[in-house]
Amino acid sequence: MSIVEVGTKACAVNPLKTSPALGGALAFLGIERSLPLLHGSQGCTAFALVLLVRHFREAIPLQTTAMSELSTILGGADNVEQAIGNIYERAKPRLIGLCSTALTETRDEDVRGDLRALMVRHPEWRDLSVVYAPTPDFAGSLEVGWASAVQAMIDALVEDGRRMPVRGLVNLLPASYMTPGDVEAIRDVVESFGLSPIVLPDLSRSLDGHVPETYVPTTLGGTPVEQVARMGASQLTLAIGEHMRGAAEALERRSGVPFKVFDRLTGLEAFDGFVETLMEVSGRPAPARLRRERSRLVDAMLDGHFFFTGRTAAVAAEPDLLVAVSRFLDEMGCRTVAAVTTMKTPAAVAVPCESVVVGDLDDLACLVPPGECDLVIANAHGEAAAAAIGAPLHRMGFPVFDRLGTAHRVSVGYRGTRELLFEIGNLLIDHQPDHRPYLRRDREVSIDAETVNA
Amino acid sequence: MLKQRIADAFDEPGCAANRAKSEVDRKRGCSPRSLVPGAAAGGCAFDGAKIALQPITDAAHLVHGPIACEGNGWDSRHAATSGPELYRTGLTTDMSELDIIHGGEKRLYRAIREVAGRHRPAAIFVYVTCVPSLIGDDVETVCDAAAERFGLPVIPVDAPGFVGSKNLGNKLAGQVLLDRVVGTREPARTTPFDINIIGEYNVAGEMWQILPLLERLGLRVLASITGDARYHEVACAHRARVNMVVCSQAMVSFARAMEDRYGIPYFEGSFYGISDTSAALREMARLLVERGAPATLIPHTEALIAEEEPVAWRRIAPYRERLRGKRVLLYTGGVKSWSVVSALQDVGMTVIGTSVRKSTEDDKERIKGLMGEDAALYGQIPAKDLYRMLAAGEADILMSGGRTQFVALKTKTPWLDINQERHHAYAGYDGMVALVRQIDAAIHHSVWRQVRRRAPWDGDRDGDGR
Repeated sequence: MSIVEVGTKACAVNPLKTSPALGGALAFLGIERSLPLLHGSQGCTAFALVLLVRHFREAIPLQTTAMSELSTILGGADNVEQAIGNIYERAKPRLIGLCSTALTETRDEDVRGDLRALMVRHPEWRDLSVVYAPTPDFAGSLEVGWASAVQAMIDALVEDGRRMPVRGLVNLLPASYMTPGDVEAIRDVVESFGLSPIVLPDLSRSLDGHVPETYVPTTLGGTPVEQVARMGASQLTLAIGEHMRGAAEALERRSGVPFKVFDRLTGLEAFDGFVETLMEVSGRPAPARLRRERSRLVDAMLDGHFFFTGRTAAVAAEPDLLVAVSRFLDEMGCRTVAAVTTMKTPAAVAVPCESVVVGDLDDLACLVPPGECDLVIANAHGEAAAAAIGAPLHRMGFPVFDRLGTAHRVSVGYRGTRELLFEIGNLLIDHQPDHRPYLRRDREVSIDAETVNA
Repeated sequence: MLKQRIADAFDEPGCAANRAKSEVDRKRGCSPRSLVPGAAAGGCAFDGAKIALQPITDAAHLVHGPIACEGNGWDSRHAATSGPELYRTGLTTDMSELDIIHGGEKRLYRAIREVAGRHRPAAIFVYVTCVPSLIGDDVETVCDAAAERFGLPVIPVDAPGFVGSKNLGNKLAGQVLLDRVVGTREPARTTPFDINIIGEYNVAGEMWQILPLLERLGLRVLASITGDARYHEVACAHRARVNMVVCSQAMVSFARAMEDRYGIPYFEGSFYGISDTSAALREMARLLVERGAPATLIPHTEALIAEEEPVAWRRIAPYRERLRGKRVLLYTGGVKSWSVVSALQDVGMTVIGTSVRKSTEDDKERIKGLMGEDAALYGQIPAKDLYRMLAAGEADILMSGGRTQFVALKTKTPWLDINQERHHAYAGYDGMVALVRQIDAAIHHSVWRQVRRRAPWDGDRDGDGR
């Protein structure tokens, strides 16, 4: 258990945070034939776009309402209308995910009201769903925007009213930090129990880096809107990360689907809990393949724990990723001596570190007691902090723009945990503390031999 | 006021594109089309201002705004430094809801104090973004108060994103330098060989391909604006004898204003391509001699060109045979198209089309002269059309920026980065050789044979699978 402290600096130095609007856009990218739209100045989109492109190494469909000074003063409804019209004309998406920014939220636009009026005025858009997610940049970070967009999709797209649960149908709400590889791994496990998951959103079908046959102006894949509509007929919602609780609750309120929140899927014990739930809901025993994977993880933990024992780490990540990583390290015997996160959430108290600081990557470097850190875990921006600390950097979170295969790294489930264990373990092996040689002064060595050795 | 400054920025007699516009279009400013909701691409004015100023390496660049402006964008360009790293540090007030309700001035002041105390910068540039602009934070007064209190230049950069495009931001940044920086200090000494290079940001270290050439001629870059610059140098820029504007319409205003204020003549030139590099050196020498440098500079320059050009050609020669007739689609806004077009033609490649988004009428004429009347000149190519052209195999290589990289790659077409995110330097004689080598490596890469194979289940394995 830890105390979460908010830093007192006025100036963030090397920020850890990225914007909620970016997180909202990312969530909309997991829907089939979707195109996210940021309601702000064109720079809001340009910065988010460049960062997403660098991280995923994919073309990213992302548009802007291109708010100007004038439209900010007069109101952005016209810009929203024009933007939707132009996008509909050119890209014919099934879904437009509209995310607000600090600019439009400061002005306090009634986007919901404007949208309702718009959709009435444009009956020709009837095969288009526009979902609005409030994602002001001045409150929270990527994780918040992701959760907000998922909840907005549930509110807007899931059919109203209670329905007879369909046997074997479950909902999966992945955490914002889960890579396309993570999502695919978990979906595979769920399916191995004979269950059919509706994944909201499913980046593993859109941002998994495949080469389509033709040009697609929207997302290259993802969960179809029609599937999202059926989520009310599921037996259970599996929400990953505390930040997905709100969305799961919204679905329960709407359709009466019960839910379970898993604070993380990294680590043996954590994933055992998930598997138990799958056994219960499916009424099936765990498949042989999964049993084998668990056994391999156990073996990897036995082999690897030596290299984690007594070592120390500094971790900077969004709250729920921080919880997942630091608790896994703790289970392996590696102590988290400095923890930085992006905002104060109830989840962060579960971090096994005396205190968690809401701050930036500069804070991370400052928090580490001199010489007391063997490993830094942060996004790719953490390089400067890692250099200052003098420890190797293991990249996790967003963005990671200087590595290949970011989208395919897996760190959840039995197999993913094993992969994470190997990656971090190998870094720790590479950077073992030196044995300080004791130079004997009483040793009889001929001068000649000394010179030869030098 | 900002409004007046924007109007001034668009009233640029030195800009040929501007001269060619109607009165109405001129008032509308640069690239109005980029601001169409739902069909826009490109950065905002804040982005442009930061790009233009951030390469001042010993200054701190503090972004006053909510997290998106700096959190999503910091440390994303490869403007290289030969010394201080401070400019790469991401600094922002990260405005919260409360800051917006109460006003962000106090937080900004404290942020400046922290930066001044902790990092000891040569100066602090404070960028105003949309939200503080909207709620009326008086950033200028805060900066002036802080400058006095902490004893260092604190310079407000009033270019919030919603006032316009990246290009406008470049211009506003130039205006800030003119109003607040240039002419505020004096160099320890001056020489008749002092020049400023304007609009060169040392991306991938391109300045360092040029500096050795200039040094051999005895020329001194008094201020580079702003690639690998130091604040003091920029402040002394008014003592240069000649200004060279590199491939940047946005900074022409800056050069013209320096001509008006300090009588420094300027010329527009390019270091892309062998002939363009030589032309730039010749023009530089000519103007310096006109302004009192010894006349021997001209034969010196000719001697250097006579030495360098054949070496570059000799190094390129082996690639000519391999690249002859290869078709290039050039899609860039950052680098003047004609200068690259002529460079590619020099090695026997065919440029099937080039973008003229940021080109003047003069540029377009020049391109037509190079490529013939049938030359395909493109404005914005929609990604869909670009995909179709490349999928149909109309080009052997696309040279563009990161935005279209993945459109090209998904069609299995070779691609080369020539925008600001590039990692290779292509300036000067050495740079041209490097460019040709990179093009050759891209086109003849062994990966194409692999990735274009049909899958085993598609039959006819040797066919073209793209």
